[in-house]
Amino acid sequence: MGLTFQSTQSNALSDTFSIEKKEGQYVIALAGNPNTGKSTVFNVLTGLHQHTGNWPGKTVVNARGIFHYKGIENILVDLPGTYSLFASSAEEEVARDFICFGNADAVIVVTDATCLERNLNLVFQVMELTDHVVLCINLMDEARKKNIEIDGRGLEKELGIPVVLCSARNGEGMGELKEAVHKIAAKETVTRPKVVKYDEEMEDMIKNLQPVISENVKGINPRWLSLRVLDGDAKLLNSLFSDIGKEIKKDIPYKVKMASVMYEKALIRDRVSERIYERAGEIKEKYVKEGIINNLRDRKIDNVITSRIVGIPIMLIILAVVFWITITGANVPSSLLAGFLFGIEDKLTELFQYMNAPEWLHGILILGLFRTLAWVVSVMLPPMAIFFPLFTILEDLGYLPRVAFNLDHLFKKACAHGKQCLTMCMGFGCNAAGIISCRIIESPRERLIAVLTNNFVPCNGRFPTLIAISSIFLVSFGGIKSGILPALSITGLVIIGIGVTLLVSYLLSKTILKGVPSTFTLELPPYRVPRIGRVLYTSVIDRTIFVLWRAVIIAAPAGAVTWILGNIYIGDLSIISHVAYFLEPFAGLIGLDGFILMAFLLGLPANEIVLPILLMSYLSTGAMIEFDSLEALKNILMEHNWTYLTALNTMLFSLLHWPCATTLLTIKKETGSVKWTVLAAVIPTGIAILVCFITATLYRGLTFLVS
Amino acid sequence: MRRLCDVTAGNYAVIRDLAATELLRERMLALGLTKGARVEVIRKGPSGDPTVYDIRGAMIALRREEASLVAVEE
Repeated sequence: MGLTFQSTQSNALSDTFSIEKKEGQYVIALAGNPNTGKSTVFNVLTGLHQHTGNWPGKTVVNARGIFHYKGIENILVDLPGTYSLFASSAEEEVARDFICFGNADAVIVVTDATCLERNLNLVFQVMELTDHVVLCINLMDEARKKNIEIDGRGLEKELGIPVVLCSARNGEGMGELKEAVHKIAAKETVTRPKVVKYDEEMEDMIKNLQPVISENVKGINPRWLSLRVLDGDAKLLNSLFSDIGKEIKKDIPYKVKMASVMYEKALIRDRVSERIYERAGEIKEKYVKEGIINNLRDRKIDNVITSRIVGIPIMLIILAVVFWITITGANVPSSLLAGFLFGIEDKLTELFQYMNAPEWLHGILILGLFRTLAWVVSVMLPPMAIFFPLFTILEDLGYLPRVAFNLDHLFKKACAHGKQCLTMCMGFGCNAAGIISCRIIESPRERLIAVLTNNFVPCNGRFPTLIAISSIFLVSFGGIKSGILPALSITGLVIIGIGVTLLVSYLLSKTILKGVPSTFTLELPPYRVPRIGRVLYTSVIDRTIFVLWRAVIIAAPAGAVTWILGNIYIGDLSIISHVAYFLEPFAGLIGLDGFILMAFLLGLPANEIVLPILLMSYLSTGAMIEFDSLEALKNILMEHNWTYLTALNTMLFSLLHWPCATTLLTIKKETGSVKWTVLAAVIPTGIAILVCFITATLYRGLTFLVS
Repeated sequence: MRRLCDVTAGNYAVIRDLAATELLRERMLALGLTKGARVEVIRKGPSGDPTVYDIRGAMIALRREEASLVAVEE
């Protein structure tokens, strides 16, 4: 759900290779394992509001921000979260290359205080690469809750680098961190990182290589490079040496060339990893005191949330409750907003009459543009302002990885990648963002499957349509119970969407994208109590306002154009009616009508405007009724012969149809192929038509039998 | 030798050897599945797969296919 301006921009993973640095500026890199609160540290330091979330692989685009300290401008680069720097994935390669060849004056390694042993692996690897390291042990507040004590001074001595204990989300320790980083970047502190010593045989090999390497290769730590010559495979070495500007074939001395082919790489890599972890274990024993209740709480929660019997039901209940709160809570503010905005419309109309403005101008500006805007705002704003904070809370709690865990066996059966569940969840926010997030899947085959199926979960733009229609047609109880049926129906739709995702993934991997699922590991992060202020901020500013703004700038002109088309007559009929009647036979076949299909076609730029356009076109052909409540809305739809089938199929079509233009452009950019982009539009469209045709035929068959 | 996927929930296992190659092997080493590491088997997922393990203080889920590539001693 990282729908922000940041995450939808186009820069690829490897864009931030080198930073242009002006005189008197420092470049600071931020490295760390996934889920250590790196993004939070980044936000606190820079005051930027990059979207954070409690799940691995969230930062798929490198963020860059600026902070000032002691009169110096610091450019902070947030590297992708990685477990190691051996570059086995795109993220690791970016992080490694930036630390190796980027011109960073200091590297902050952010670690999780509650999982220090695992995190130290990366710290040692960074220390082998550069001397300018600051260790930032984050999440100290959680560590204290879990009775974990960390001896920061002891660690500092043991590692030979500055260590700052902090809790970024409370701002604790951020001043010290800035000071420590400043001193390193300004070279006021000279560090001597105490790197891991390997066994004697390996140290001999390093000793043998290091002088040759330092003589031939400048600007990169010779010990580190010697190690990689010993344990790196040919691909890694080739890419390393080509980055340095050398070719293994000719420029590299014989000794290095020999060493690079002589050893059993995997065995040496094992020894390196073993030794680093051995050190990490020793350090943890010495400087970290753990209470007994360490992660008992999380395990108890997981016993329920991921249990065999109730795990999946609980997930569905949570989803239904979120929708129920959204629908029930949005009702009153929606009608208040509508009342207010249509009140303004009346005033504006009076003003136009007073000024003797021509009828067409009033039509375009007020009945077209303003009315559509009023509709978009009053129908979309309240549900979004409730739904997004709720979703963000779930995200911050660390629930999404549990969802991925619970559903993994289904994705495995569909021959899809385990991380596809996470990219799918991202699609709930925005499919374009979901498609960018597919970069976390390394295998090209599985990434394509994830890209092609991302559209089957409803995004921000489609939720309001679904919520409005289900609220109109399914509110059969009054009071607090009123939201139950709509909530259940939307949950049902989401389940259908996930089902289609799995089915299409399966079919793709049996036909045009054949293959077996590649391996993956999924980390279940500790549960974290969300910070309500931040949740509100992210969900209101980053999501609600962003989505609403996008809807508004597209809806306003679309409203005006729709009004014009609805009021220019060719013969007896307006242009809109001509188009609608042209589409009618086909639309009728799949249980829609010509106007609905036309609204979906016109809604290609953004799904948000489908319902407003539909209403505009209905209204422009009939009497101008003001719609200030769901009841009025229902009347409009009923006047145009909507049945339960029309409602159902409009929702199904909305769920399954082609992706919006932004999403298609993103797919084009990410896959670099017209073929896959076309498929990404054709597959959902075909499925939407097929499903709607089936339901329409069944419905007609049943009504025929009954009557 | 036993495989990690055969260890039942609630038990501990000590890593002996990795049969994984390439990217997966790198990832496993990065997560701390090195020789001699002690791993706790926490829980199986809703359909018996994947399984959550406590690896060096972090909860990591592995599918059966991956866990079968890890040789262990109980």
